[in-house]
Amino acid sequence: MMASSYNAKEEDGHITVSGPGTLKSKKPDNTAFKQQRLPAWQPILTAGTVLPAFFVIGLLFIPIGIGLYVTSNNIKEFEIDYTGTDPSSPCYNCSVNFSWNSSRPCSCSLPFTLEQPFESNVFVYYGLSNFYQNHRRYVKSRDDSQLNGNVDSLKSPSKECEPYAHSDNKPIAPCGAIANSMFNDTLELFFMDPNGTRIQIPLTKRGIAWWTDKHVKFRNPGGDSANLTSVFQGTSKPVNWHRPVSELDSDPENNGFVNEDFIVWMRTAALPTFRKLYRIVQKKSHLVPTLPSGNYTLEVVYNYPVRSFDGRKRMILSTISWMGGKNPFLGLAYITVGAVCFFLGVVLLVIHHKYGSRNNSADIPN
Amino acid sequence: MLAIGRRPLRPSSRPSSATIGLCPPSTQVWNFLPKNLFEQFRRIANFYFLIIFLVQVIVDTPTSPVTSGLPLFFVITVTAIKQGYEDWLRHKADNEVNKYPVTVLENGRRMGTESEKIKVGDVVEVNEDETFPCDLILLQSTRDDDTCFVTTASLDGESNHKTHYTVPDTEKDLDSLSATIECEQPQPDLYKFVGRMHIYKTDREPEIRSLGPENLLLKGATLKNTQRICGVAVYTGMETKMALNYQGKSQKRSAVEKSINAFLLVYLCILVSKALVCTTLKYVWQSKPGQDEPWYNQKTQREKETNLYLKMFTDFLSFMVLFNFIIPVSMYVTVEMQKFLGSFFITWDRDFYDPEIQEGALVNTSDLNEELGQVEYVFTDKTGTLTQNNMEFIECCIDGFQYKYRDAVSELDGFSATDGPVSKLQEKAGKEREELFLRALCLCHTVQVKEPTGRGQDHTDSMAGVDGMEGCPPPHEQTGFIASSPDEVALVKGAMRYGFTFLGMESKKMKIMNRSNAIETYDLLHVLNFDPVRRRMSVIVRSKSGDALLFCKGADSSIFPRVRQEEVEKIRVHVERNATEGYRTLCVAYKKLSPEEYARADADLQAARLALQDREEKLIAVYNQVEAGMTLIGATAVEDRLQEEAAETMEALQGAGIKVWVLTGDKMETAKSTCYACRLFQRGTELLELTVRTLEDGVRKREERLHDLLLEYHKKAVQDVPPTKPGGSRGWSKPSQDFGFIIDGASLSMVFNSSESSSSHYKNLFLQICQNCTTVLCCRMAPLQKAQIVKMVKCSKGSPITLSIGDGANDVSMILEAHVGIGIKGKEGRQAVRNSDYAIPKLKHLKKLLLGHGHLYYVRIAHLVQYFFYKNLCFILPQFLYQFFCGYSQQPLYDAAYLTMYNICFTSMPILAYSLLEQHICVEVLLDNATLYRSIAKNAMLRWVPFFYWTLLGVFHGLLFFFGVRFLFGNPALQANGQVFGNWSYGTIVFTVLVFTVTFKLALDTRHWTWINHFVIWGSLCFYVIFSFFWGGIIWPFLKQQRLYYVFAHMLSSASAWLVIVLLILLSLLPDILLVVLRKPLGPRARQRQAGESGAGGPKSSAQPLLMRTFSDESNTVV
Repeated sequence: MMASSYNAKEEDGHITVSGPGTLKSKKPDNTAFKQQRLPAWQPILTAGTVLPAFFVIGLLFIPIGIGLYVTSNNIKEFEIDYTGTDPSSPCYNCSVNFSWNSSRPCSCSLPFTLEQPFESNVFVYYGLSNFYQNHRRYVKSRDDSQLNGNVDSLKSPSKECEPYAHSDNKPIAPCGAIANSMFNDTLELFFMDPNGTRIQIPLTKRGIAWWTDKHVKFRNPGGDSANLTSVFQGTSKPVNWHRPVSELDSDPENNGFVNEDFIVWMRTAALPTFRKLYRIVQKKSHLVPTLPSGNYTLEVVYNYPVRSFDGRKRMILSTISWMGGKNPFLGLAYITVGAVCFFLGVVLLVIHHKYGSRNNSADIPN
Repeated sequence: MLAIGRRPLRPSSRPSSATIGLCPPSTQVWNFLPKNLFEQFRRIANFYFLIIFLVQVIVDTPTSPVTSGLPLFFVITVTAIKQGYEDWLRHKADNEVNKYPVTVLENGRRMGTESEKIKVGDVVEVNEDETFPCDLILLQSTRDDDTCFVTTASLDGESNHKTHYTVPDTEKDLDSLSATIECEQPQPDLYKFVGRMHIYKTDREPEIRSLGPENLLLKGATLKNTQRICGVAVYTGMETKMALNYQGKSQKRSAVEKSINAFLLVYLCILVSKALVCTTLKYVWQSKPGQDEPWYNQKTQREKETNLYLKMFTDFLSFMVLFNFIIPVSMYVTVEMQKFLGSFFITWDRDFYDPEIQEGALVNTSDLNEELGQVEYVFTDKTGTLTQNNMEFIECCIDGFQYKYRDAVSELDGFSATDGPVSKLQEKAGKEREELFLRALCLCHTVQVKEPTGRGQDHTDSMAGVDGMEGCPPPHEQTGFIASSPDEVALVKGAMRYGFTFLGMESKKMKIMNRSNAIETYDLLHVLNFDPVRRRMSVIVRSKSGDALLFCKGADSSIFPRVRQEEVEKIRVHVERNATEGYRTLCVAYKKLSPEEYARADADLQAARLALQDREEKLIAVYNQVEAGMTLIGATAVEDRLQEEAAETMEALQGAGIKVWVLTGDKMETAKSTCYACRLFQRGTELLELTVRTLEDGVRKREERLHDLLLEYHKKAVQDVPPTKPGGSRGWSKPSQDFGFIIDGASLSMVFNSSESSSSHYKNLFLQICQNCTTVLCCRMAPLQKAQIVKMVKCSKGSPITLSIGDGANDVSMILEAHVGIGIKGKEGRQAVRNSDYAIPKLKHLKKLLLGHGHLYYVRIAHLVQYFFYKNLCFILPQFLYQFFCGYSQQPLYDAAYLTMYNICFTSMPILAYSLLEQHICVEVLLDNATLYRSIAKNAMLRWVPFFYWTLLGVFHGLLFFFGVRFLFGNPALQANGQVFGNWSYGTIVFTVLVFTVTFKLALDTRHWTWINHFVIWGSLCFYVIFSFFWGGIIWPFLKQQRLYYVFAHMLSSASAWLVIVLLILLSLLPDILLVVLRKPLGPRARQRQAGESGAGGPKSSAQPLLMRTFSDESNTVV
């Protein structure tokens, strides 16, 4: 009703307002936009343009796919499950007897053999299965401002960290479920020299976390030079940790919140079966493979219980290519898509050719 | 000394307060916000989003309330601003109306006040050229003859000056007048008013005066040629006839909107079922030991204590919130914006600009743009729509002799007696009869001579309805005639050609100049007004010699029964021939009234006019009594030329598969010939007639005959025709025989109003016959019947989209009734334009409006809707799938920023640009090949099949995005330095693929790439990339979690991520590209066929030869 009466008024306006000026302005402007005549590119996808595209895609993707597949295949990967579910497994005892309160760490060693030498840098991953790092309650259970060195957050962690925010009326640092459940098995590798000696393989613990995480996102409260023990005074260690956060590593550059193991853990995995980078075996020289073929022993300090939720723990040795770790998926996918495109191209070509000729013949009587 | 205007007594009570302005100021600044919010949240969609938002605030949900609150806030704000602006405009307009300064006489003093403060009973003074602030009873005028002139152009479009009379015998001195007024309840009819005035005089019985429409000055009308009047207010505010006439404009909803709602329902089901599935699976999954609460992921105390069922419920709500983006809040904004902005292209179109009236198209509602592309039935008025309503006197017939002007030159000095009537047959009627006939033409009308001086001049110049004397300059002065009906002007001008000029009226004396340049004056005694029921009008005049003469003119059917029968035959021949030639015919009759007869008629008329009850009926009874036993003098033929390109337009509409129905109040013969001229009826069209003529065969009753005819036609048109495939009724195959159906008003009312049981049966039969005819002509329709027909078709099976087009007030009902109402800015005023959804200057513009704009708008909005659902489906599906991998914990796959921005920024602009600019086929081609309109008929792009296709595509894309990345994350070590990606990287990769695919999909569908499209499509993608860098590049202090910190940059540093993104985008688009290629081979052929078909129509023949065919076609008529 209101609108219509408004219209009525408008009409009245029409009548009272009259003059050459107003009348003239009523003629719509002759602009390309207003007349919907903007110059336009009108692409038409025809068989003629699409068919070559199919072939090009086919011809491009198949080689890429083969390249990716070969690259992936050249990556050496070795995986060993040390969960200890099987009674015959060396870690069976540790896994069965696990207790949060035991002060004595349980160790076990698993022998394994590398059939082929691992050239260049070798990356040591630990893998967990059926571990829901992507569970919502888990993912949000952290306080990024605390981890960024905010002193206030250190003293009063975010509510999101509950029930891992306080213990014994002291704020937990680092708070939250993620930090609390940090992977704390110690993995050590020994090469069994054919002559019987056990050579420990040096594992680098730096360079496993994103640079930006280590240097910007994660920061110890009070700056780099501060004494971590005093900084974390008045906070409590996460309940499942054996040591406070200030004692994660002896290297001050890798201690506290900027401990790389910690940072890696804090980057929650996308899927319940995941791997995380643990250590790097640096390549020593061109002559000797980083890990020559032969017998090895994996020494595990078994601190991390997974059997309660049917989880699995693995240790993975892998070399890396420019495309990351071993994953045949990309190569296969590219080959498949390329082949499909190529095949479709051929089929379409045939159809088009056949159809085109029929169309022409149909045109003649007209 | 009681002031007049005591509170009028009404026959029944009504609320006494009448101080309301035209529109009560509804919103103030302070209450605008709450009111507006309330109004907005009454919309079901907004309410739904509000609920989602509240759930997010109250329940612990996976996404922050911001993700749905921000878009909702955006939508609400935009709408509020738009409505606020409109409110402000309305306020301004209201203030102009309500605060209009007026002068009120109170206790003999003049008081200035505001128009909204006028109370019923106030005496209001109005000066020349002012509009009346309320409905007034005229009490006093400065003119000597107690009249005043008024123009109601803004009410009904009639631009002539109407004469209104003061209440007879009221005192000159208003101060001493004491009276009461009784009048009827307010009603919207502008031309009806019944009231009574009791005038109290100190010493006598109260006198009673009847009040009629001639005493009532309507709000909105303007005082003309009169210095000042005084009147008493009888209806104010919302009760004025003007206000009552603007009510009841119902909201029209487009078919697309209905489709959207249906789709929404489907998506709502998908949403609920997704949430249900996830909730169920969550509890199944949790029932396994160790899964619900592993040692690393303990619940808080509160979570543990929550009731299981409550938890289930909140889980369900959480899932709803997580997946709620599948029903896009932004779609409503985008659709609204598209409609609002898109409608500008209609107003801007120069092709719709008519230099004659200096106006272009007008869009009254933007809600129906796409409906223009869906029209299946066009109901068109004849006069003024198909024809120009520019009447020209063609010929007349006096006593059976034909008089016709052939020489255009002689028209110029048709005034002189020597050039007198040229008779084709060299036979003339007697001079006396001739002059009587011409005098009748000069006297029997309500035409006014436009006064060459005075202020009315500039005003009337711009108005429709003025028929000046172009091409026919009068000898001495530049006069023009003004009349409510152009026929009358044509007749007066016609008489002028033959030597009789109407000079005008002076105080109830009509002056005419006869052939010998002598001026004759006649006293105008009575005007028996024209009305569509009687279809005739009469005047009673007294000549110099003192004879009372009655002249009557009207439709043949209403005149013939009232004249002496022996005269009828020779004139009937002419009339019928003229009618078949497409002319409008009128018969003229006269009668000499003896003094006794006149005295009786005069008394009866006076009595009837004073009657308070059933005044109309009584008047008509008197009219019928007076207009009897007349002598037929002759007949006139007036040509109403076809509109420019009327035939081409109709042909195009029929080619587009639109059925055209002509609904007219005109005679059957005239209407039929117009149909032939417009090529609505072709040579081969078999006409099925259901008119009074065919119904009356004398033997049986009409009802029986009606029954038989209906069955016969039904057999012919429906049963014997090979059934066309359902849905394919607009297919290529044309029925072998075209049928045209003709029905008149009387027969139609028989169909509608016959006895209860058979009525629906007849209606059904009638409808089926009509639907199988290419053209239906309904003649002699009352306005309400027009609306009835529209409603019948609208509600028939398949609920076809109807469009009504008309130019006059009599078309308003059907314009309002149809899905789309189109007004023509014609000569019959603005009533139709004001009530229409779209207004165009000429009929020919309808073609571009439907075939061009309508088609494009439909394609645009259909694509917009489908695309919106699609893009949100493949947006949310990965998030749904992710639940299977995160323990059904409602973990969102994407970051909150992406969730929020996806529909607002990343993907909204390209589709908006597309939906405004797309021309999949350019307008010229659309106009040339009307058949292309059929390709989108019946909501073709929004039916379930295309919807299913888009949904399938969305599902396919969603699955592809999720699982493609899932397999890539089989080994999350994706960086060349061995470092691993986490869940946010996963989401970001999926989201990147999503944004690019969805945009590329649109790019693939875009056929018309203007620079805007380029800018917006590539701009959105760039914006996404830049935003992602920016969003991930800073530690945002206001964020609780820095989830995306450098995630995007790391993703780009990974070759594998690049490879998978490229692969997935390409693979997603493959089906579409494939479809384009597979569909293409059909394209050229279809186009050839269309070209061939339109070519088969042959060279466009002019209307004239077709008109000639009508005679031979007569034989085709089934009688």
